[in-house]
Amino acid sequence: MNETLAEAGEETAATIEASSCFARFVNVQKSYDGVELVVKGFNLDIHRGEFVTLLGPSGSGKTTCLMMMAGFETPTHGEILLKNEPISGLPPHKRGIGMVFQNYALFPHMTVAENLAFPLEVRHLSREEIKRKVARALAMVRLEEFGDRRPAQLSGGQQQRVALARALVFEPDLVLMDEPLGALDKNLREEMQYEIKRIHASLGVTMIYVTHDQTEALTMSDRIAVFNDGVVQQLASPETLYEEPENAFVAYFIGENNRLVGEVVENSGERCRVRLDSGETVLARAVASGGAGSRTTLSLRPERVDILVGGEDTDHDNRFHGEVMEVIYLGDHLRTRLRVCGNDEFIIKTPNAKGHPALTPGQTIEVGWSWGDCRALDA
Amino acid sequence: MAIPSYATRGERLWHYVFLGLCALVFLFLVGPLLIIIPLSFNAQPYFTFSQEMLTFDPAGYSLRWYEDFFTSRAWLGAIKNSFIIGIASTILATVLGTIAALGLSSRHMPARGVIMALLISPMIVPLIISAAAMFFFFSKVNLAQTYLGVILAHTALGIPFVVITVTATLSSFDTTLIRAAHSLGANPTRTFFKVVLPLVTPGVVSGALFAFITSFDEVVVVLFIAGPGQRTMPIQMWSGIREQISPTILAVATLLVLLSMLLLTTLELLRRRGERLRGLTPG
Repeated sequence: MNETLAEAGEETAATIEASSCFARFVNVQKSYDGVELVVKGFNLDIHRGEFVTLLGPSGSGKTTCLMMMAGFETPTHGEILLKNEPISGLPPHKRGIGMVFQNYALFPHMTVAENLAFPLEVRHLSREEIKRKVARALAMVRLEEFGDRRPAQLSGGQQQRVALARALVFEPDLVLMDEPLGALDKNLREEMQYEIKRIHASLGVTMIYVTHDQTEALTMSDRIAVFNDGVVQQLASPETLYEEPENAFVAYFIGENNRLVGEVVENSGERCRVRLDSGETVLARAVASGGAGSRTTLSLRPERVDILVGGEDTDHDNRFHGEVMEVIYLGDHLRTRLRVCGNDEFIIKTPNAKGHPALTPGQTIEVGWSWGDCRALDA
Repeated sequence: MAIPSYATRGERLWHYVFLGLCALVFLFLVGPLLIIIPLSFNAQPYFTFSQEMLTFDPAGYSLRWYEDFFTSRAWLGAIKNSFIIGIASTILATVLGTIAALGLSSRHMPARGVIMALLISPMIVPLIISAAAMFFFFSKVNLAQTYLGVILAHTALGIPFVVITVTATLSSFDTTLIRAAHSLGANPTRTFFKVVLPLVTPGVVSGALFAFITSFDEVVVVLFIAGPGQRTMPIQMWSGIREQISPTILAVATLLVLLSMLLLTTLELLRRRGERLRGLTPG
């Protein structure tokens, strides 16, 4: 660990000079006990007005990164910059960063309007100005009528809106959100996602959003940093993350994914030929696989697998027989579990539309996919 | 408590026996008070109900013992001392106890258990031992037979109540509120006065009331430490009943019962207000 720390030190000095972004994490490391790193060398450049999501399973270090930005945790190593200024010397109350907490953290002894006025009173605004800004913030989250209520008299969704309004009312440049929708039910969560997106677009404020919900991340973000084990696995736009995952973790974490494990037989740089453990050979896109002889995981999205109904076909470089194990009815589509190449967790999705064959368990069908949709990743 | 329609005869019987037992326990606890209150209006200098009192003859009742109390220099001096010592030690115990509880609730606090046990010990150690120890110590530092000495001694006795009630309130305190206040730009001082203190006030107030009552009816420590100048109400009552058997003590007792009821009512109202503020009940 000492070695990595020293290494990181040199890099920090070199990269701080070249910074010109709105907010930056430069080689940030965090350890709570001095032994184990929770965050290992985190780098992230955030542009003004961007919506960046830190996505990862619990314990992956994403919330710790957010707390370091807010000032509630100190980086063990590395530097965080806001508008090109290092902020490690600033206490949280001087950073001027808005924050929305998972449990809303509304002050229960104050009314909604008093909650919203709190950050403005701290900043010694005039009484009229406070009144005007509070009214505007309430209008923004469509809670004009609720100024005199106490937080306990509001529903979860309304409380969340108040928390959002309170984090925005003092017009911070940067707003942090720590799993703000985690406590809401599904419909409300979707509604709030659009609400936050709308506010983000209309105010042009920069947002850093932490969640473990990939759907939330995909629908809201400009860019997503996928965390695992204290390391960013991939930082990219939602489309890129879904379509072109760079490693097996990202492929597995974002969206549904069929996994086939095998050994590279031949790698031409762009394409590779992989012999699966079950014996079949698959043609795949070489993304993160090694040369011949190395182990690899193939990742294939369920919707990229077609059911073949006989006849000549040139679209599908890979054609296999699969036994139908289970068919799950999901309304607009059917989710079918097959046994393909020895993997009996092989999922395909078929739209519930005319012209698609009805499948029954026990039936054997032929499935196929093109080499470009099948990504050979790390083992 | 309604009896369900499916209750058997035995269950019905038990239900009424149970109600009877409850009434007996209640009588055992409240009975002495109920006797003292009418007796304090006795026109005769006795501790028994006179014939006139039992027949509700107005001549049997008077306010002479109340008059006696409010004109006696000894009693007025004692009540003044009790309030001086009670209020001063309550303020000290509340401030110190609240600070201690806040410190103890911090997650960076080392040796929390030991410190907590030390702070609580005046409540557990037999009073006579604390009192004797304080007597010897205070005599050495010239605090014996002074107001300050009694106040400090009562502060030590009151702190445990404040520490316990404030710690209990803090255990349900959501610490992300502090972070929220910081993120909104409030410095630690402002956060304390605007966010933490209003929310722990019910605990602070009930702790303060307990501390006050502890000081107000404390005998042992006062006997050891107080001089003639710091004679408090309980001491006056104690000597009053031994030296001059006068029903004035009944009037004093009635007034103290009223005071306790007033304090308890305040406590309950504050608790309800606190719950409403914390949003536990819709208000």
